[in-house]
Order: sequence, then C-alpha cells, then structure tokens
Amino acid sequence: MKTQIEGAVIILKDNIDTDQIYPGRYLELVNPEEIKTHCLEGVSPEIAKHFIPGDIIVAGRNFGCGSSREHAPIALKHLGVSLIIADSFARIFYRNALNLGLPLIICKGLSEKLKAGDSLSVDLTQSVIKIAATGETFDCEHIGEHALSILEAGGIKPLMKKRFQKKEGNERS
Amino acid sequence: MHAIEKILAKASGRTFVKAGEIISAKVDFAEINDLYLQTIKSFDEMGGEMVWDRNRLTFVFDHYAPAPTIKSAAIHQEMRDFAKVNHLTHHFDINEGVCHQVMPEHGVICPGTIVVATDSHTTTHGAFGAFGTGIGATDMATVMMTGELWFRVPEIIEIRIEGTPPKNVLPKDVVLSILGKLKADGAVYKAIEFSGSYIKQLDVPGRMVICNMAVEMGAKTAYMQPNDAVLKYVGERAQFPFEVHYSDEDFAFSETHHFDITHLSPQIAMPHSVDNVVAIEAVPQIKVNQGFIGTCTGGRVEDIAIAAKILKGHKLDRYVRLVVIPASKEVLQTCMKLGYIQDLIDAGATISTPGCGPCLGAHEGILAPGEVCITASNRNFPGRMGSVAAEIYLASPATVAASVKNGYISDPRQV
Repeated sequence: MKTQIEGAVIILKDNIDTDQIYPGRYLELVNPEEIKTHCLEGVSPEIAKHFIPGDIIVAGRNFGCGSSREHAPIALKHLGVSLIIADSFARIFYRNALNLGLPLIICKGLSEKLKAGDSLSVDLTQSVIKIAATGETFDCEHIGEHALSILEAGGIKPLMKKRFQKKEGNERS
Repeated sequence: MHAIEKILAKASGRTFVKAGEIISAKVDFAEINDLYLQTIKSFDEMGGEMVWDRNRLTFVFDHYAPAPTIKSAAIHQEMRDFAKVNHLTHHFDINEGVCHQVMPEHGVICPGTIVVATDSHTTTHGAFGAFGTGIGATDMATVMMTGELWFRVPEIIEIRIEGTPPKNVLPKDVVLSILGKLKADGAVYKAIEFSGSYIKQLDVPGRMVICNMAVEMGAKTAYMQPNDAVLKYVGERAQFPFEVHYSDEDFAFSETHHFDITHLSPQIAMPHSVDNVVAIEAVPQIKVNQGFIGTCTGGRVEDIAIAAKILKGHKLDRYVRLVVIPASKEVLQTCMKLGYIQDLIDAGATISTPGCGPCLGAHEGILAPGEVCITASNRNFPGRMGSVAAEIYLASPATVAASVKNGYISDPRQV
C-alpha cells in the first residue's frame, strides 16, 4: 500500500449509504469490472463516467451506512478510488474497505473546507492531509496499528493466503 | 464487565476484555445470504478448501427467493453446490424465509453466543442475548476458513425504555422514536443495550424489531437481557448448549439515554433518511400508492395480525396496493391457520413468498418514479425500493394498514 496519496477530491455529503454507493438492483453482478460501472449511481449516474483513477472521496458523517454489501467498496476500489476521507464511517463498510486494501481515514469537518477540483496530498502514517494549492494542513485520526497492518499487506486476502500456506507448509515438514 | 464483554471474553479465551481492545473471537454461528456469492469467491481466492465446521455455517436464500433472474438463479446454484460439497448440516433454500427470522425459529441462535451474518440486520439477535453483528463477504470468508474473526471490543450505550405504549403503538414506533433522537450515526462502532421496564416484559417478536433497527443508528450489536419469554422460546428450539451472561452491577456505560413511551404517538421516518422521524400528528395528508408489510423488521405473525385486524371486512381502493410478505414459512403457516392471510387477500392485499421482497429493490413490489410507499421495513434511502424518485415512509405495520385503508398516511389509533 502507498502511504503517500495524492489526488483530486470528489466531495460527498453526510449519510451516503451503500444503496447510493451501489444500488440493490445490481447486487446479482459478480464481476468487479461490471460492478464498478454502477458506482455511486444512487448519488449521480454521472460520477462513475467522469471518475479519474486516483481521485479521493471526501465525505461527511456516517459514510457507507446501511447494507453490508461488499459490492460498495468493490465498486469504489475498482473504479480507482485511492482513499476515502470522512467525518465518520459506518462500521461494516469500514471493515469491508479495509479487507479489500482500500484506505480510509477519519478527518472531521474536512469536506466543508474543500471545494470541487481541490487536490490533496495525504500521508497515512503521519495522519496529515495537505491541500496542494494552499499548503494548508489538517490532522486526521491515526488509522490504528491493526488496521494499518491489514492495509500494508494489501488487504486481508494476502494475509490469509500467507497464513494458510504457512500452515500447509508446516504440516508437510 | 458487561454481558457483551463476557461473551467476547469467553469467545476469545480471555477472562477480561475492555472497550477498544482488538480480539480474535470464535464464532458460534455464521450465515450467508444469497447476495453474497463473493463469500465463496473470497474463500477460494484465499486458498479455502472445506469450511471450519459444517454444523455452524448455513446459507439462507432470502433476498432472491425465488430467483427473479438468470443471474440470481446462478448464484443460488453455486451456493447449493458449495453447501453440498461441504455437507452443511443446515440449508435454508427459497422456501424458508428471511434469515433473521428463520435462524431463531430453527434454534441456531442462542443466548451468550457470537453470531455473524452477511447482513447488517444481524443486530436482531441481541433480542436473544446473543452477540449478533453483520459482516461483509471477505470477513465471512475468513470465518469460513478459521471459525474466528477479529473484533474491536465496543463501548456500550444504554437505552432505558420505561412505560407501556398506547394501543396500536408498537415496538417499531418505539425504535423509530429512539432513532429520531440518537440519529443514524448515534451509535457508530458501539453496542447498544436496551433495558428498562418495557424491555423486561417485551415479547420475543417485539424485542427482535427493536434490536433489528439498532443498526440504523450505526450500532455494531444490540443486547437485551434474556427474559422468561426468550428462555421459553430458545428452550424449545436450541440446537446448541448455551449460557446466559449477566452484566456486573458496577459496569459503567459510555452513555445512558432515557425514554418514556407512556404517551408515545405512532412514528414515521420521512424520506429519505431513517432518522428523519416525526410523530404522526405532524404528517400532512400524503396519498400512498403502496403499503408493504414484511421483512426482518415487520413481517412477523404479530405484524400481519394487526394489519388483518385493521383491514378485515374492508376493501382497498383499486389503485392502492398492499404487499404482504410473511418473514418465514412458519409465520405464513401460522397466519394461514389464524385466518389473517384470508382476511388480507379479501381486503385486496398481494401475498408473496417469504423472503426480503421489495425491501432492497430486488423484486416483488418495486416502486416507479413519483410513487409513495409506506412500509413496515427498515430503510427509506433514495432508491432503496426501486426508483430514486420514489418516496419511502417507514412506519409500524399498524400505521401501514391504516394508511392503505384510507389511501393516505393515517393514524392507527383512529381506525
């Protein structure tokens, strides 16, 4: 995982639920390349079309509330979202994103201080966000060691793969 | 320690845990619904071969029951194959109902246990004194492989509810009134214990409604100390040995909120947020196109009974629809025996197969642009039940029945 992230912001409001991130009528899709085309369709059908890989989502409170559908972070990740910053995250969404290796951090009030088109540079280990144009910086909440270790591994899947390969290896030896 | 902490301590092989700690806990029961083929995909990707315990994992086909499309049929097919290969003891196909109703009915939810499911409304099982929490597909895949999952021990909020509500004011109204105060993020990453004189005497279905909606405040889990009704229900059905935990007298909650429901009015969550809650007196005359009674929130015998009582002998306007979907086969059979289904069909209702129905916009009652639906289900997000230009009002099943009876949102105390 990159710990230094730079990108342009997409600003979203409070309580963006997973039905807005990924509408229920597409839940039968299983291919991430198909899934990503419906990303944020409940907010605006245009977002996915105009998205540039590397963009950073900056949202208000309770981002990802509602259904536990993993399609929501799968869609965001495969669309190329590099980081999600929010005032707060709903718990299941937070875990799902972390498991997929999609970084997310909490920075209260940031969405109100930005305008569309702003670019940020973010240092995840130092927990600092900088507005590229003005140089203004903001402290964010530290991700936490446990979450950071999952992100650094690229998500939970590589960690589990390693754990099970090791087990098999031990059994053989 | 709180009972929730004792459950987590026991499951992680510790004598003590406290809020903020990260622990790895053994899961007692895990459930996958039919939206989550990704569980099997992640399981395969991570090198999974057979599931950790064939007695403690099940599929419940509820969101697409019966399959409305070729793609969802293919999901069911792949899940059935996985269940067969792994010789899963339990399997609930399209003929059973909503997972959160079906699992307790079949005795796999017991007090003091850890239950995970790929569904946010897993908080429902706090009604039985279990630690129930929703997880995503990849988390579930790690459970399928190891039988364990990491958890952050949550802070615990106490919500004390006192009093007895007026006639036709239901547990759904109680929880909507709480949601209106605490808001949709009032309990993010925290647990909620519901307590007080109202909860002590509340029956099993009522407890399930309140714990079910705890997730709409962001709660990780909900808890109610099991009462006699719960112990009787579980005692008749339990598939596993279990232990009821009790909180220590000196446990300190992170917050306590008090609610007196003695004079509570029926509550409505207005579009498009679950916490946009007002008392029915403040709702103007709003015409409804569709009413919906069903789901893990509002599809139990008691919910259908009150609707049948309100609508018996009445004919709905030909342009007003009422979709009724019993939460399970057991609920449907009971309602048939008691004559409720007959009464509702006579009144003009549409009855559908037990399952989630239109709650998440998959099938069986999708809304067109500009339509208004009043529903006993749990979410009114934009587009949740179909068009983003439809309006969803959350209410109790009594309010839904009264509203379709009159053709506009109506007070069930006056019908």
